[in-house]
Amino acid sequence: MHGIRKEHENLLLQVKGLTKQFGGVKAQDNVSFGVEQGSVLGLIGPNGAGKTTLFNMITGVCVQDKGEILFNGHAIESMPVHKRVAAGIARTFQNVELFPGMTVLENVLVGMHVRLKSGFWGAIIRSPRVVKEERIAREKALEILEFTGLLSYADRIACDLPVGRQKTAEIARALATDPLLILLDEPAAGLNRIETQALGALICRIKEQGITLMLVEHDMGLAMEVCDKILVLDRGEAIALATPQQITNDQKVMDAYLGEEFQCLN
Amino acid sequence: MDKKLVHNLLFIAVVAVTGMVVENIYLLQIMTFIGINTLLALGLNMLMGYAGQVSLGHGAFYGIGAYATAYLSGTLGISPWAALVCAIVLSVAVAFVVGRPTLKLSGYYLGMGTLGFGMIVHILFREAGSITGGASGFVGIPMLTLGPLSFEGGRNYFYLVWTVVFGAIFLCKRIIDSKTGRALAAIHGRENAAVALGVDAHALKLNIFMFSAALGAMAGFLYAHFVLFISPDSFGFMASVKMVTMVVIGGMANVWGALIGAVVITLLPEVLHGFADHEMIVFGLILMGVMIVMPQGLTQGVIERYARYKKRA
Amino acid sequence: MEDLLQYLFSGISIGSVYAVVAIGLSMLYRSTELINFAHGEFAMFGAMGLVTLWGQFKLPLPLAFVLTVAGVSMVGILFERFAIRPIKDPHPISLVIITVGASIVFRGVAMVVWGKDPVALPSFSSHGSIEIAGAVIVPQSLYIVAAALVLAGSLHLFFRYTLQGKAMTACAVNKKAAWLTGIPSARMGLFAVLISSGSGAIAGIFIAPVTMNTYDMGTMLGLKGFCAAMIGGLGSLWGAFAGGLLLGILECFGAGLISSGCKDAIAFVLLLLILYLCPGGLFAQKQADRF
Repeated sequence: MHGIRKEHENLLLQVKGLTKQFGGVKAQDNVSFGVEQGSVLGLIGPNGAGKTTLFNMITGVCVQDKGEILFNGHAIESMPVHKRVAAGIARTFQNVELFPGMTVLENVLVGMHVRLKSGFWGAIIRSPRVVKEERIAREKALEILEFTGLLSYADRIACDLPVGRQKTAEIARALATDPLLILLDEPAAGLNRIETQALGALICRIKEQGITLMLVEHDMGLAMEVCDKILVLDRGEAIALATPQQITNDQKVMDAYLGEEFQCLN
Repeated sequence: MDKKLVHNLLFIAVVAVTGMVVENIYLLQIMTFIGINTLLALGLNMLMGYAGQVSLGHGAFYGIGAYATAYLSGTLGISPWAALVCAIVLSVAVAFVVGRPTLKLSGYYLGMGTLGFGMIVHILFREAGSITGGASGFVGIPMLTLGPLSFEGGRNYFYLVWTVVFGAIFLCKRIIDSKTGRALAAIHGRENAAVALGVDAHALKLNIFMFSAALGAMAGFLYAHFVLFISPDSFGFMASVKMVTMVVIGGMANVWGALIGAVVITLLPEVLHGFADHEMIVFGLILMGVMIVMPQGLTQGVIERYARYKKRA
Repeated sequence: MEDLLQYLFSGISIGSVYAVVAIGLSMLYRSTELINFAHGEFAMFGAMGLVTLWGQFKLPLPLAFVLTVAGVSMVGILFERFAIRPIKDPHPISLVIITVGASIVFRGVAMVVWGKDPVALPSFSSHGSIEIAGAVIVPQSLYIVAAALVLAGSLHLFFRYTLQGKAMTACAVNKKAAWLTGIPSARMGLFAVLISSGSGAIAGIFIAPVTMNTYDMGTMLGLKGFCAAMIGGLGSLWGAFAGGLLLGILECFGAGLISSGCKDAIAFVLLLLILYLCPGGLFAQKQADRF
């Protein structure tokens, strides 16, 4: 955690002293770290380490007890969720949460909500400007589907797709918010090896677009492959932030978490 | 031509021809009531069917519309059309004030909150006798006129009400088929995912609550100037339940479902008059029966049954 | 001063009735997550049953009491069996409409059987009223309070110390887990309906002598019972009890000090305040939702 101060200029997201308690359980205990612009940060740690809680606090779903969150140079810790999305933070969910009964295209269009200007009255009056905006939105949604490889599924009901496609659809929906930062909560959970590889490739392509990513991942292979840095959480504390190589060589991390898991895997 | 457009035009034509052909005043009255109830169901359907928020107190907005125009045009003597604007503004303002805290609730708690609100408004109608006429009701609501056109006759009023219904259906469809409609469906499906994508769920729910309050007030206005006498009992708990029933029986999240629900719930008591004292029992049993057999509403229920029947045949 | 004391006494008496109604609703919700809009009608049946058995047929009071409670419980069981259980995937809104439909049916039946005119009953005993510091307590009020205490107390002991009660609590906490450990959740649901409709009948029986009994007396009683149950926290036994008492007392003070017309509104204003300020009810434990 030493390099952070030097690269201050390049940090898209900076978390300082984040603390959150649920009853007697400390879900986050004075967690501080930074995410560099255009990088991929992996978040690992045993179950209950506070990974999802951290995501929830960055997106604003739950409010921290203490601490600061700086995003793109602005303090966002007291912003409501929709303002944070407008500021450029998007996310996917641990359990797929696509909108039931909606097509893939419609799901992506909902993702564009914050980027479309027309409101309630616009819907009623339906001026040429609104119609045009809607047309452009559809075109852009189709582009995103093409980018994620879902174009041929555009008109299928999203929840009827196989799990792998559903996970991709969630990522497409998050991309539709036109984000600077995407938080992926266990994107590879439930995927087979081929799907996981495709996911890794998609993450790299998103990164090439200049979008910063954070992901919670249990698939160590994927995490090692796509992440520039890895943050290790254990019982609400950040115990290490380093490159994947350094993490695998760090005895403390191995003892705390990876050792056990690797043994299980092998 | 567009298939949807054909359906819509066909529907308008059927209603227009019905209005011309039917001579029986009683039948015209019933159909006018169907129109008024359709307005109520449409508004509540936007809230319940599309946004997924239950309201057991929507009778309040119906009543606010009716009493506002009754007081303004009956007691104060201003033009009913000006009173209509005031009634809608008042209803929307009340919806804003009440909706802000209430729509933060969900599930049964939202149901109870709206129920409580509806009961309070109902009691106000009953107790504020100097304005509302109290429990015995408000007499002396003027008839509607527009220039040389009088809405005294059953037929003119029928056309007035149904014109408004067409307008309301048009508005609802536009809202459903827009960014707002998509966001509403998203909230209904998975609220936390919608919020995480930047949909301001609370503001949107409040918007649609206010919209449905406006439709409720519109219906109340039309009701008041049609029957020319209103009493608190038309806007109490049972009125709110009747509205919910129209939406659910017709089938939620379906504009035409609202129409079908309104037809069923308006016609049923008329048909059941023959049962005299047993009317309530039969009405209640039909209500329960439909919900037990077709919890997804008549429209969907009948379509599914027909599909299954065809498959077997 | 006498006035205030009088309001307090009347409030406790009517509050006990609300408490009993609320307990019935709350216990049913706890075990089955069903909000029964026909619950007030069980109280109405209780009162009307007493009118017929005790008032008209002149049966001894204890026998009339037992027969009425048993009869209303039977109605409750039939209602659960034929209206609630057949629904496979119950949506709360459908359940609301079904129970409202049932309440309409019950009211319709009562109207046909007992007519539209209100009926009065004498008090359970002919003792004179008691006077404390200028305020009057009629004996029936004491019976009502005693009945509420006995009912709540015995339910408390039932849930705490009997196997059946513990099984019901387990069902309420986690239906699936309870089912996996071998607790028949359907039978527990039936038992909850039995307790709920029975206690509804008891509420009706005890207020029958102090009110005008009509076929439509149940609606308001049921709604007030909801308010009381919500105030105390839906699903909590003593919460419902306290909510009922609080509601009754505030109503009587409101009626006395403000206006009798607004008496009915107090329950609902209180309900809204509770929902806005502490949605879980006054006695709810704080709990965190997990995403």
